[in-house]
Amino acid sequence: MVEQACVSTKDLNVYYDTFHAIKHINLDIPPRDITALIGPSGSGKSTVLRAFDRMNELIPGCHTTGEVVIDGQNVYDMSVDVVELRKRVGMVFQRANPFPMTIFDNVAYGPRIHGTASGKELETVVEQSLRSAALWDEVKDKLKKSAFALSGGQQQRLCIARVLAVEPEIVLMDEPASALDPISTLRIEDLMRDLAKNYTIIIVTHNMQQAARVSTFTGFFLSGELIEFGKSDKLFTNPEDKRTEDYITGRFG
Amino acid sequence: MTPSEARKAFDEELVQLQEDLRKMGIVVEDMLGKAIQALETQDVELAEETIRMDDIVDRYNLDIESRALRLLALQQPMARDLRTIAAAMKIITDVERCGDYATDIALMAKKLADQPLFKPLEDIPAMAKMVQEMLRETLKAFATRDLKLVQHMISLDDDVDHLYHSLYDELTGFIKKDPKLTDQAVPLLLVARYLERIADHITNIGERIYYMETGELKELHK
Repeated sequence: MVEQACVSTKDLNVYYDTFHAIKHINLDIPPRDITALIGPSGSGKSTVLRAFDRMNELIPGCHTTGEVVIDGQNVYDMSVDVVELRKRVGMVFQRANPFPMTIFDNVAYGPRIHGTASGKELETVVEQSLRSAALWDEVKDKLKKSAFALSGGQQQRLCIARVLAVEPEIVLMDEPASALDPISTLRIEDLMRDLAKNYTIIIVTHNMQQAARVSTFTGFFLSGELIEFGKSDKLFTNPEDKRTEDYITGRFG
Repeated sequence: MTPSEARKAFDEELVQLQEDLRKMGIVVEDMLGKAIQALETQDVELAEETIRMDDIVDRYNLDIESRALRLLALQQPMARDLRTIAAAMKIITDVERCGDYATDIALMAKKLADQPLFKPLEDIPAMAKMVQEMLRETLKAFATRDLKLVQHMISLDDDVDHLYHSLYDELTGFIKKDPKLTDQAVPLLLVARYLERIADHITNIGERIYYMETGELKELHK
């Protein structure tokens, strides 16, 4: 179905000590589109997301087998530089987590530490990133103000701008709107659709309506297994698997 | 995973919605039977009773539609639930139209009640019987999700069409031979036409049941 996958997993397994959290996942995620990963709590969807940028390695006792292939390279290869990987694969978290610094410095942080831009060029990167995150018009006159002065929705868009500033190919979003009010949520969803023209977006969400609204593809996880993966319009109107049907219609809790 | 009670109220509403749709269908089926009987027996009172019954059908139509809309807005149903509600919203429109045609037949029955018919009715009652069966069985198939029954009922539409065309030829033939028969032949031709249209609406209902069960929208009758 997916012609040329941007991210592929091959027999991906993740263990927390002896607990087999992710079981034999084979998944092809298409480029420059939005893919949603859904499932109940503990189904493994966030673990799968964190496997893409090797964030699971930060969790003690966690180990991974199988492959995550991005642009033809297994990111678990010994030769892969994790810092470089996380530059290519950005992540937005559930709670907006701006750094305790100005709005400008938040967005400039990545390009500065990666040494990819400075001076006038850095200003351009910051502006473009803020524009891409649909925040520029709201903050252009207060770039030197603390990021904490922004609203929750604005802080989340700032975090998205911060990710975009290092020019990733893939943006992972773990419940990016679950702490936001409905209007801020819809703004983030609009933004995701805009970003999907240039980036591959993978979102984990508990909100099925959100997954249905924004994503082109959806994967349903249950107990560490990928139960069903396909076009969202098909999955939400006529799923193949009874377990998907039961979950999305709320028949199992 | 264990079954959840989370959607119990929603489930009950969904069941009730389908139950009311079935009741609406029974009223229309009854109207159709009465309309044809009124035509055959030239019973004006029965025809008028049939016409009054259309109000019941209209009330069901509005009530079911507004409840379906409310479920869509408030419960955001997915998958089978969504398809069931979407199908119900389309089906009530077709059932309501069938009720309108039954009313039209009753109006023709009134018109034809004041003098003896120029020939005894044969093909129209036969056609009505087929259409009644199609409606009854298709609504049964809605309740039981029986796609075989749906397909069988849709196949009967050809027979209804065939009967309509032979009635058309026969009645226009009478008019050509004796224009004085026009006053009776035209209403009878309209009754045949209404029955033929009801069968078409029943075909639509069958297609929605098919969609509800399979998720596939397609014409089942060519």
